Amino acid sequence: MSATVVAGMPGPVVELLNKALVGELTVVDRKGRLRTDPLIPFWDGRHILMTSSILFSRKLEDIKRNPKVSLSLSDPVGIPAQPFSRATIQGDARVIDDDLHQGWYRLLPLWEAKEPIIKTFLKPMQKLGLPLFWERAIIEILPKRVLWWPNGDTTRDPQVTDLRESAA
Amino acid sequence: MNVGDALSRLPGYSHALLVVPDEEGYPLSVATSFRVVDGTVEVTPASTGPSAVRDTVEARLVVSHIRPYPGVGYDQRRYIELSGALAVGGPAWRFNPEAARGWDEQELSFPELCQRALPQARRYLAALSTERGREVKPQMSTGWRFFLATRLPFLTATIVPVFLGLAAAAYDRHFSIGLAALTLVGAMAVHLGLNVANDVFDTMSGVDDGNFTPTKFSGGSRVLQYGLVTMRQMMALAAVFYAVAIIVGLALVAISGLGLLWLGVAGVLISYFYTAPPLRLVHRGLGELCVALGFGPIMVLGAYFVQTGHYALRPLILSIPVAILVMLILYANEVPDRFADAKAGKRTLVVRMQPAAVIRGYVVAVAVAYLVVIGGVVFGVLPWPTLISLLTIPLAYQTWKGLKAHYDSPYQLMSYLGKNVNLHLYTGLLLVIGVLLGILIRR
Repeated sequence: MSATVVAGMPGPVVELLNKALVGELTVVDRKGRLRTDPLIPFWDGRHILMTSSILFSRKLEDIKRNPKVSLSLSDPVGIPAQPFSRATIQGDARVIDDDLHQGWYRLLPLWEAKEPIIKTFLKPMQKLGLPLFWERAIIEILPKRVLWWPNGDTTRDPQVTDLRESAA
Repeated sequence: MNVGDALSRLPGYSHALLVVPDEEGYPLSVATSFRVVDGTVEVTPASTGPSAVRDTVEARLVVSHIRPYPGVGYDQRRYIELSGALAVGGPAWRFNPEAARGWDEQELSFPELCQRALPQARRYLAALSTERGREVKPQMSTGWRFFLATRLPFLTATIVPVFLGLAAAAYDRHFSIGLAALTLVGAMAVHLGLNVANDVFDTMSGVDDGNFTPTKFSGGSRVLQYGLVTMRQMMALAAVFYAVAIIVGLALVAISGLGLLWLGVAGVLISYFYTAPPLRLVHRGLGELCVALGFGPIMVLGAYFVQTGHYALRPLILSIPVAILVMLILYANEVPDRFADAKAGKRTLVVRMQPAAVIRGYVVAVAVAYLVVIGGVVFGVLPWPTLISLLTIPLAYQTWKGLKAHYDSPYQLMSYLGKNVNLHLYTGLLLVIGVLLGILIRR
């Protein structure tokens, strides 16, 4: 067993995380196959956070069985960061679903900063249209390793940062 | 989505994400460029540093697109995930796709995607309930659940004809506020009972479960599909509403006379057997007729009878336009529901007819509604101020245009279904105002 301590996320990757309207989260399903879905990523200074409705909860089930995930930040249109670069973050995820109705509201300030219209959808009359969409879990990723490609050129070697200061 | 279809769409994406498992079992993803060549994909080699991409049969090629609106959000979401084998080495890596899945919001709207995902949500909640040893359900306050389950805003369909019957009675110099209030309570109870019973029977028959394009005007309340209310609670709620309706109805019969009894019995039976077996009137293409009778002559004449103790021609004529317009609410709402209805054997008029005939039917029905008002005035049955109800003709025109333009687009049609509801409400209220103005002018 190794104890894991997370060191700092590289600054340019934090910038990408803060700007990204979409990232591609890959999980490992029950049969060991990879499955990728687009999601909005948020960064709280220590974890990458995402929220998923129970409507699209297959990824949540997969993470509960196997926490190994990766998040790609690769789309120049979906990530309006200047200068543009690309990153892949591997890590261990956990699902926080003890309060599906209210628990995810702690992400709302981060979500609203990227998608201001979201607050409109949270008005009671609006929520009535798709109530189960607003029953949501949080995906919390503890980053393990970051691959960063300056200028987004993936034909060149990435800068690799191991975020674990591991000890035996 | 099949592989051929997915490959034909790939050139519409700027780049792809190649995902493979790394040696520690983590997914490893890297963006790259690609081109489709003879049913396979040539991928530009990408560097992932010390953890290099290797040959694998477990590779994924993911393409994703969104159109962001900075400061607002985004739209035009679409993505494809291809799974297959990856062979690295050489100037171009080769990816052989074997399966594909994906979503394009322009082909499958987000609300419909959510409706199709309901079974997954139910599975997740069931698993969570097992994990925690207690039932985990979606949450909503009792007030909002009641609002949703009863489809409370549709009560305007009841309020309008009751007011019209009361106005007609007042025109004939009969009006009791207490009886008016009791009439309204009884009529609303029948209507709410109908709404709830409709959900119960449509869920039992599979109509609502098979409807992936419900709108706020169609497809039922969906509280049962969302697990917000149990079937037992819905049945109890329907029973309470019908019990209230019957008690109030019997009290009104005792006060006003037996002449009301047959109208009340007809109202409750039509309401109940609208979707309930064995009659299931709506499944036989009789839904429009039932709604027209129930929310037209039965309510207008019933409200009038309670006040006057007799029936008359004027309230009957007044009931025809609102009967037609309320029937058209159902008729237009059946347009987005038609595929689910047909699948469940609910042979509504819209299911039975061609789109062009449905739209023509709408125009003819609206025209008849206005002609009845004009005719009523011309023949001296209705007071001339009821002609102000013709002010809603532009709204009818807009609804017809929307129905024609968005017949196959449930969510674009939604705002026009709203206009159609308003057409009934405004025309009915203007008729009420017209009758009341008639009283003032007569004096």
